This record gives sequence, C-alpha cells and structure tokens, in this order.
Amino acid sequence: MDYSQFLNMAPELSLLAVILILFVADLFMCTDRKSGRGILNTPLPVVLLTLHTLFCIAPLVCPMFSAQCSMLNAECFGGMYVSSAMALVVKAILNVGTIIVFLTAHEWLKQPEMTNKQGEYYILTLFTLLGMYFMISAGHFLMFFIGLELASVPMTALIAYSKRSQESAEAAAKYILTALFSSGLMLYGISLIYGTTGTLYFDKIAPLMLNGQCSMVNIAALVLFIGGIGFKISLVPFHLWTADAYQGAPTAVTSYLSVISKGAAAFVLFVVLYKVFAPIIDQANVLFFWIIVFSITLANIFAVRQNNLKRFMAFSAISQAGYLVLGVMGATPQGLTAIVYYLLVYMAANLGVFLIISITEQRSGKLLISDYDGYYRTNPRLAFLMTLCLFSLAGIPPFAGFFSKFFMFMAAFKAGFIVLVLIALVNTVISLYYYLLIVKAMYIKPNDNPIAPFRSDGYTRFGLGLCIAGVVLIGIISWFYAYIDQFSFGL
Amino acid sequence: MNFLSLFVLIPLLMLLGLWLAKGVKAVRGVMVVGSSLLLGLAVWLTIDFIAQRAGGNTAEMLYQASFTWFEPLNISYRVGVDGISVSMLLLSAVIVFTGTFVSWKLSPNLKDYFLWFTLLSMGVFGFFISIDMFMMFMFYEIALIPMYLLIGVWGTGHKEYSAMKLTLMLMGGSAFLMLGIFGIFYDAGGNTMNILDIANHTGGASPIEFGRQCIWFPLTFVGFGVLGALFPFHTWSPDGHASAPTAVSMLHAGVLMKLGGYGCFRIAIFLLPEAANELNWIFLILTGISVVYGAMSACVQTDLKYINAYSSVSHCGLVLFGILMLTTTSTTGAVLQMLSHGLMTALFFALIGMIYGRTHTRDVTLMKGLMQIMPFLGVSFVLAGLANLGLPGLSGFVAEMSIFVGSFQNADTFHRVLTIMSTCSIVVAAVYILRMVGRMLYGKCTDEHHLHLTDATWEERLAVICLIACIAGIGCFPSWISNLISDSVAPIIESVKQVGPIVSSCNPFM
Repeated sequence: MDYSQFLNMAPELSLLAVILILFVADLFMCTDRKSGRGILNTPLPVVLLTLHTLFCIAPLVCPMFSAQCSMLNAECFGGMYVSSAMALVVKAILNVGTIIVFLTAHEWLKQPEMTNKQGEYYILTLFTLLGMYFMISAGHFLMFFIGLELASVPMTALIAYSKRSQESAEAAAKYILTALFSSGLMLYGISLIYGTTGTLYFDKIAPLMLNGQCSMVNIAALVLFIGGIGFKISLVPFHLWTADAYQGAPTAVTSYLSVISKGAAAFVLFVVLYKVFAPIIDQANVLFFWIIVFSITLANIFAVRQNNLKRFMAFSAISQAGYLVLGVMGATPQGLTAIVYYLLVYMAANLGVFLIISITEQRSGKLLISDYDGYYRTNPRLAFLMTLCLFSLAGIPPFAGFFSKFFMFMAAFKAGFIVLVLIALVNTVISLYYYLLIVKAMYIKPNDNPIAPFRSDGYTRFGLGLCIAGVVLIGIISWFYAYIDQFSFGL
Repeated sequence: MNFLSLFVLIPLLMLLGLWLAKGVKAVRGVMVVGSSLLLGLAVWLTIDFIAQRAGGNTAEMLYQASFTWFEPLNISYRVGVDGISVSMLLLSAVIVFTGTFVSWKLSPNLKDYFLWFTLLSMGVFGFFISIDMFMMFMFYEIALIPMYLLIGVWGTGHKEYSAMKLTLMLMGGSAFLMLGIFGIFYDAGGNTMNILDIANHTGGASPIEFGRQCIWFPLTFVGFGVLGALFPFHTWSPDGHASAPTAVSMLHAGVLMKLGGYGCFRIAIFLLPEAANELNWIFLILTGISVVYGAMSACVQTDLKYINAYSSVSHCGLVLFGILMLTTTSTTGAVLQMLSHGLMTALFFALIGMIYGRTHTRDVTLMKGLMQIMPFLGVSFVLAGLANLGLPGLSGFVAEMSIFVGSFQNADTFHRVLTIMSTCSIVVAAVYILRMVGRMLYGKCTDEHHLHLTDATWEERLAVICLIACIAGIGCFPSWISNLISDSVAPIIESVKQVGPIVSSCNPFM
C-alpha cells in the first residue's frame, strides 16, 4: 500500500491534529488557578483553526504550493476519497464560518457553569466539521455515510449542551431521532443502489444505471437519498425538527447548525446528483421543483408568525435552504458556482445576525422579537449592523445577498426553470416582509422597557467586523465570484 | 476614470463624510457641499452635452465607459448618457439639493436620516447613468429600500403601514422586472447586459423572437410601471407620499417615480420593440385610467398630501401614456413631463411640508386665509398649483401639450379617443387645484393660532426659489431642453416603429 496517498487527505488529517492538540490542551490547562475560570477559551481554537484554514487554501492561492501538492486533484483508496479544488474552497468557507461561530460562543462559554465544559464544545464542533469534510470529499457512498454520521452525532451532544435547560434536551432528542430515521432512509436508498448496480463508487454507478432496466428502483433510491440529505439541509418536508432544535439549542450551536452543516450538505447534494444520479436528472428536477417551492413558501409563511428570534431564524434558514438548492436544478457548473457563492454570502449575513442575537441574549437574556422594540435607541450600532445583515439576507443591494440571489436565479433561469424562478422571486418579497418586521421592531416601534445599552466584547466585535466586511464586500468585489467560478468546471 | 462615475462616487463620499461627521453642523455641511457638487456636476454635464451635440457628436450615448465586472456572467460596469438621462440627472440633482435644505431642521437623528437619504440619491443617480441592465437593476433596488426607514422612522400618520406597503409593492414589481431582465439577457444570446448592444444586435430587428418578447414585455413594463404608479398598482403612492417626511416625498415623487417611466422606455420599449407595438394598447388603457382616475380621486381628498399624491398618479400616468403612444413628439413630451412633474411636485410637497410644519394640519377645510399670514409661501403655493394645472409659461403646459399633440398624431380611432379622454384630466386638475388654493389661501383667517405663524425661513426660501426658477425656466424657454430630449428620443422611437406599425392585431378596440 502506498502510504503517501494519505497526504492527499491533508485537510482532514490536519484538522484531526487540531482536535488532538485541543484535547491535550484541555487536559492539562483546563482551569486557571487564580480565577478558577477556564482558559481554554476562544484564542487557542480560533488561532489553530485559522492556521488550518491557511494550510487548506495554500495550494489554491500559491502557485508554488500547488505545483507540488496533490491536494487539488487526487484520489485515495481507490477513489473512496476524492479531493478537488472546489472541495477545498468549500472546506475553507466552512472553516471561516466555524471561526466566527467560535467567536460567537465566547461570551456564552464564559459563564460559570460552562467553564469546565469548554474543551468539549470545541472538540465536538470540530468533529462535526471533520465529518463534513469527509462528506464533501467522498467518492463512495460508505465514506459519505460515515461523514454524515460523524457530522450528526456530535451535533446532538452540542444541541443538548445546556444541561439544565429542558428545551435543550428536548431539542437534542428531536434532532437525534430525526437524524437516525433519515439515516435509516438514506441507508436503504444506498442499499437499493448497491442492489441494482453492484457498486457504491460515485463514478461507477451512473454508467450502470444507464441500462435503465430497473429505473423504478433507481428513482426509489433517489427519493430515499433526498430524504436523508433533505434532513441535513432542512428542506420541507424534512424540516420538522428545525424550529424546535434551533430554539432549544444554545445560540452558538444554532448558528453553527444553520450555516455550516447546511452548506456542506448542499454541496454534497450537488456532487451526488451530478455524478451519481445524472441519468435520472429529469426526475430529480421534478422532485426538487416541488421541494424548493414548498421549502421557500411554507417557511416564509411560518416565519411571518414567529416571535422568538431563534425560531424565526430557523424558518428563515429553511427558506434560505430552498434558495440554496435552486442551484442544484439542472446540475450545471454555473449552478455549482452559485451554490458555493450563495453559501459564502449567506454565512456572512446569517452568522452576523446570530452574533448579535447571542450577545444580546447574554447581556439581557432577551430573545423575543418584541423585546427588540426600541433597540435602535439604546444600541444604535448593533441595530444598524443587524439591519445590514438582514438586508443582505433579504437580497437588497448593495449588500452581498443581492448578488448571490441574482446569480442563483440566473443559474436556474439558464437551466430553464423559469416558473420556479418566478415563484422564488415572488417569495423574496414575502421574505423581505418578515426581515423588515425585525427592522421595524428595532427602529420604529416604541418601547418603555427596551434592552439596556451594553458594550459587546472584543471577540464579538471582531466576528461582527468579519461578517459585515463579508456582507458589504463579497458582492461588490467580483473577485470572489470569479475565483469560485474557475473551479466549478472541473468539479 | 470616467467622470460620470462621479455621480455615484460623490454620494459614496457623502456617506463616508456623514458617518464620520459629529454634530448637526458637520452633517449639514457635508450635505450642502455634496449636493452642491452634484448640482454643479449635473449643470456642467448638461452644458457640455449640448456643446458636444452642437459640435456634431451624434453617438447614441456620450461619455461611455466600461469595466468588466463579473466576467463569467458577462456583467459589466457600464455608464453612458443621452439627452434623456442628462435631463433626469439634472432633475435629480436639483431635487437632492433642494431636499437637503427642506430637511434642514428635521429631528430626531438628522445624521441617520441623511445617511439613508444619500443612499437613496446614490441609487437614483446610478440608475440614470448606467446602461448595463444588471447595474440598472441594482441601483433601482438601492433606491427603493431606504424609503422603508425614511418613511417608517421619520414619517407621520400611518407610517408603519404605508412604509411596508410601499416597500413590498415596489419590491414585488422588481421581482417581475428581474425575471424580465433574465429573459431579455438570455434570449438575446446571453452575451451582454449592455442595453445598446442588445438593441443594435442585428441592425434593427430585435434578436429576441416575437413570442418571447410578448412574455418579457409585460413583465418589465409592469415591473417598472409599479414605480411609475401604473393603475392598478398605484395604491402604494398616496399612502406612501402622505406618510413620508417632506424631503422624502419630494425625492420620491420628484425623482424616484421617474425611474419607472425611464425604465419602461429604456428597457421595455427599446429592447422589446415588436411586443411594444403589439401590446401597448393594454397598457395604454391602464395608463388612461391612471390619468383620469388619479385626477378624479384628487378632487375628493381633503388632505393636502393626498391631493398632491393623487395628482401625481395622474401626471405620472401621463408620462407612461406619452411613452406608449410611440411618437417622437409624445415621448419627448413624456420626458418633459417627467422633468416638469418632478420639479412641480417637489415644490408642492416642499410647500405642504412647510405649511404643515406651521399649522400642524394638512386638512384643507381647517385652513383659511393663509395668504395674509405667510405671503411668500402662499404665492409659491399658487405658482405650484398653476404649474400643476398646466398654465402656459410654466413647465406643465409644455409637457402636456407635447404629449397630447404627439398622441393625436396616431391617426386611428383608438388612440384618438384615448387621447381625448385623457385630456379631460386637465379640466379636473383645474377643479381640484383651484378649489384647494381658494379654500386655503384666500378669505379671512378664522383660526386664532394661525394668526401668529411666521413666513418661510432663509433655507426654505432658497429651496422654493430654486424650484420655481427651474419650473419657469422650462416653461418660458422650453426649446433647449426639448431639443436635447427629442434628439435622443427620435432614433429610439424610429427604431421601434421600424419593426411594425402601431396597429395591433390583438386589440379588440380597433
């Protein structure tokens, strides 16, 4: 066996190294003797993850590295693990998102009851990230499934992280039950594929499917697969866990759940459709047509009625997932670029909103939209930044959300789904309505007892700075789109 | 660096300056300097443009510049102006300049107010200079969203309701518009978003096949038409204008509604000529309804802002009406009407705001004899009213005259009957304007509180005089501006007419 092929898995291995370093650090430096507080908070994981991100993108940005490094286009273990430039880009995006989530979590982990659980938080989060890495780079259904499970199971522990909160436990129970059920569905789908084609390698399935003799079975496999992955992306009708889990989970975990795991799953969905289900892509398009229509419309209608901000963001996230999956339609390279670009933009805006929700919750304990009445009078800067993020989510120029939505619709239009684009466009108006409800609460509604003015800590500010920079610049500077686009053809 | 980009760059710098400014004086300083620069730039652009045309430069768009922006999608940053855009830029600059002075003493949070105000004006300027559909659409939406906060935070009355209604209706329009833009882009080959390139694709005939044009034309026309107060999508306009703070009403009715007419002409008619010939009768009927219905509605209102808002619906209906008639004269008239309506409606809203700031009521029935108490405002109000009902010597007359003459050039019954019906709106306008002016300004003042009111302050006088000068300028010397406009309108209308006569086969009224 050629052991050097392990080097192609450098991102995963180095992430594992990061996890091990954190694990050891957690053992030996768990508490500060003087204050009794944990000192393994934010700096160490953030620095390590930043270094890891730089390591990941080194072959992408430096020609010097890319000549020697085989990470860009390589296979290991006979094609079970596939590494591509686009996968590296997605991994880097997820990494940046995770860093921002860690910054979000800082205040929450500083609480006295959290001090002895800090290490686990980082390690569990990074393990789910590792699972997503494997999903992204999978070239074989088993590898993919291992990644999926590695991404879901530690997530349950994270959702249940607030030990004394019943809501948190309830959310975790709902999450794990749904996760297991959908894994079961997906495994059944995979077994159908294996039964008809005799292989689980992505590249080898499609030609065997072309025989078309057992197309009903193939379609059944497709449906079951979508059921499994739809749960991860929280598409309607597999979304029922979303609102409760988002509401019950600690805010830092919710923000991770809403962006990172969703993004990875959407990318994988595209890859699998493109590689495995290419022969029955027409049937897949019909399915996705309705899934997208229902995801966007239902989630939008439900979001209008929410008063809890995290629940609200849950429905907003379902609807955004619908837009994200628009890029899957037709499985074109332009669609892939649109997905990855959308993910990047969505991450910046959504994590920005969650940073503000989290810091407000920590400082005032308030989470309802009606609590945010008069927020602008007491905390004008945070209200302004939140408005920018919400505008980006709603797709208002000159913020990045406009560009990502425009390009997403353009890709879907080019693939020929004009009616779908029209429905999605009409839905953007509804989504604008509910995002404006929050803006209205903050700016317009009077409140005798608004959230008191507070100063946010340095980590939150840094995170917000990153997010706002993303919201403002990713759209206007076309480099980001062009950069992602150059990788989309090779896949 | 093309100097047209300054129209976007200056507002950007203003935003930065406002962000850094501390205290009311600094904020006002930034706004005055910025808006004066913009006005100066617009005036210089107009003079230079006329000079270039006189010098024999017959290019379709002048001062063109292009930078590739999103290369994989063929999106570019492209700017260029013709006579229509030049006049619109001039209008916008005047309104932004006067709007700054009208909101001089606004409270609270003058700084944030001006931030959103400047963002809005950036959208407007950007829209008029761009010739790339993506850029146009982007600036269009940039101009829409600040309205929500401007009305919601600084407005009066049912401001939350009006702000939400306005934003959602306009965004709904832009949703259709986006689809139309995609359609035009991909059906024209998907190689360019440049309006000129799409129009000149194969020398006259549009690259988009007729059946597809008939889908995209209604989408784009309605998309822009919502902003141009096209019946039955006009309902945001009265509520929005009535609730908005003065300067925002001015900017919105004065400039933003022109985006609708301009967009209809520049994208829907110019890029989809065959469909425009075929389907214009549907929209002609709708705009005809706008014109008459708006004027009638204005008659029964007692709130000053509602009167003016409905009168705006009527006048903006005339803009679209003139464009849809597809003759050079009527379209030139429509552009003139955009200018004239922008100026006079801004003047009207400014005066209403000033009067409201003193009397604290906008109800016509509660005011009497204001002419004796505030003569300057009273006289200006009469002038604005006369411009509104189309008195010769003021801008409204020139514009409406051209529209109706141009419309009557279409020699068939359908167009002529519609023209005659729309002409009625002039009579109705006289009714509501004269009644309003008579009740409010003349007679003997009965309300004791009104007796101690003061006349306009210096910054208010500056704004009002500036607007009146423009209105009278266009009214007395219309030829320079109408030549400027018709030079640019004529080739477009010619190319649209080339593809077919304005006799539509599917029109049941022919």
